Amino acid sequence: MRARPSGWLLAARIAAFGVLAFLILPAFIVVPVSFTDTDYLSLPQDHLSLSHWQTLFQTPMWRNSLVQSFAVAVASTLLSALFGSLAAVGFMRMKPSMAAKLRLVLLLPLIVPTIVAGLAWYWVYIPLRLLDTYFGVILAHTVAGIPLVFVTASSALAAFDPRLEQAARSMGAGQVRVLRQVILPFAMPGILSGAVFAFIASWDEVVVLLFITSRNVYLLPRAIWDGINDNVDPAVAAAATLMISVTVGILLLQQLLSRRENGKAS
Amino acid sequence: MLTRRSARQGGFVALPALLLIAVCFVLPVGNVLRLSFTEPVPGFENYVHLATESLYIRIAITTLRISVLTTVVAVGLGYLVAYVIAQASPGLRSWLLLVVLIPFWMSVLVRAFAWILLLQREGLLNSALMSLGLIQQPLSLLRNETGVLIGMVHYMIPYATLPLLSSMLAIDSRLMAAARACGAGPIRTMWRIFLPLSLPGLAGATILVFVLNLGFLVTPALLGGGKVIMVAQYIQFGINETLNWGIATALATSLLALVLISLVVASRFIRTETLFGAA
Repeated sequence: MRARPSGWLLAARIAAFGVLAFLILPAFIVVPVSFTDTDYLSLPQDHLSLSHWQTLFQTPMWRNSLVQSFAVAVASTLLSALFGSLAAVGFMRMKPSMAAKLRLVLLLPLIVPTIVAGLAWYWVYIPLRLLDTYFGVILAHTVAGIPLVFVTASSALAAFDPRLEQAARSMGAGQVRVLRQVILPFAMPGILSGAVFAFIASWDEVVVLLFITSRNVYLLPRAIWDGINDNVDPAVAAAATLMISVTVGILLLQQLLSRRENGKAS
Repeated sequence: MLTRRSARQGGFVALPALLLIAVCFVLPVGNVLRLSFTEPVPGFENYVHLATESLYIRIAITTLRISVLTTVVAVGLGYLVAYVIAQASPGLRSWLLLVVLIPFWMSVLVRAFAWILLLQREGLLNSALMSLGLIQQPLSLLRNETGVLIGMVHYMIPYATLPLLSSMLAIDSRLMAAARACGAGPIRTMWRIFLPLSLPGLAGATILVFVLNLGFLVTPALLGGGKVIMVAQYIQFGINETLNWGIATALATSLLALVLISLVVASRFIRTETLFGAA
C-alpha cells in the first residue's frame, strides 16, 4: 500500500532537490572555466580555448606531476591490492576472536585522521631519509590503501563456501593452488572495487603529501594546491577537470567490470 | 579434519599486511603520542600549554564550533535528502543517488577550488547576483567562516546521506502505512514512527560527520584564507614554519583521542565497518 503523495512530501522533495542542486553545482563549474579564453579564472568570454589544456600538457612542471601522480597511484594500488587481499584471506582462516582484535589494527589507517598520519610519517621519514622520495610516498599510500582493499575483499569472501575449498583439496590441490584458483577468483570483485578506492585515494591525496614531499616528488594534488594558493593560472582548472575525469573514468570502469561480473554469475 | 587444520594454519598470509601496518603506521603514530609527553622535556607541559594559552584555546573553540555547525547543517540536509531518496521510486532513486555520489567521489581539492571560483569577490555567484540586481556590493563569502562552512557542509552532506539512507531503507514501510491507516497524519507518522526508527542511523551519521570535521585540513585552509584556523591547519602550518614538535604532537594526540572516543560511542549505535564507506 503506497501512501498518497502529500503536501508534506512535496515540500520535502522541493527542498531536497535544492540541496541536490547545491551538491552538484561545483562539478559543473570547473569544466567550463578550464576552457576559458582569458588569462585569469573566469568563464569563457568570447569563445572556447584550449590554451590552458596546452599549458597543462606542455609545461614540464604540470606534465611531470601528472605522470608522477599516475605512476605513484598505480604502484601503491597494486601493493595495497596484494597486501589487502592476502590479509582478507588470512583473516577468514583465523579464530574469530583473534580476527576481531587484529582487524582493528588493519583498520587503523582509516580511523586515524590523515593530519596525524602525515605528522607521524614526517617524523620517522627525516632520519630514514625518506622525505621527498617515491619510496616514501608509495609506502604511505600503500598503507592507507590496504584497509580499503581489506574491507571490500573481506565482504566478498564472507559469502565464500568452505566446501569449495574442501572439494579442491580433496581432489589434490595444494594450499597455493587453492588460493590462486579457488579463493582469489571468488574474492576478485571485492579486490577490484577495493583497488579502485585505493587508486582514487592515492590520486586525490594531498594532506600527507604536504608533509612528506617538497620539490623532487611533486604530484598533481600538490601542484593544484600550490596553484590554488597562487591563484592566477587557469591551468589549475584544466588540472582539476582532468582529476575529475580520471576519477569518474575509473568509477565507470568499475561499474562496467561489476556488470560483467554479475552477468557471468546469472 | 583436514580443513580445520588448514583453517588454523592459513592465517599467516595476513602477516605481511599486519606487519607493514604495525611497523609503518602504528609505530609512527604511537611515536607521535610519545613525543607529546617527552618533547622538549618529559611531562605534561605541552598539554598545560594547550589548556592555558589563549591561542590554543581559540583554535580549539574554532575547530569545535565549525565542526558542530557543519555537522548540524550537513546531517539535517542529509536527512532530508536521504528521506526523499528513500521515498522515491526505484528508477528515480538511482538517479538521485548518483547526484549524491558524484560530489562524494570528487577530489576535495577540486571541490575547494570550485568553491573559490564560485564564491570569490569577483566570482561567479557575486557577478550573477549583481547582474540580476539583487545586490549592489559583492558579498564577502571567501576567506572567512562563511566560505569554510559552505565548503565543509558541501563536503559532508554525502557522508551524512549515505549511512542515513541505508538505515532508512531498512525501515519497514508497512509500519508507516499502518500508522496512516490508524488515523495518524503525515507529521505524526514522521514524528512518532519514522524518526524514532531512523535514530540509530542518525546518531551514527552525526558522529561520523563530526569526526571527519575535526581533522579536516584542505577546505578550511583553502577557503578560510588563513583567517579561520582549525587544528589540522595549525599542525601543518606549525610544522612547516615554527617546528614546535611538542605542541604539534600534543594537538595531534588530543585530536586522535577525541576521534577515538567518538568512534567508541558510535559503535554503540551502528556497525563501525559501515562508517568507512565500505559498502
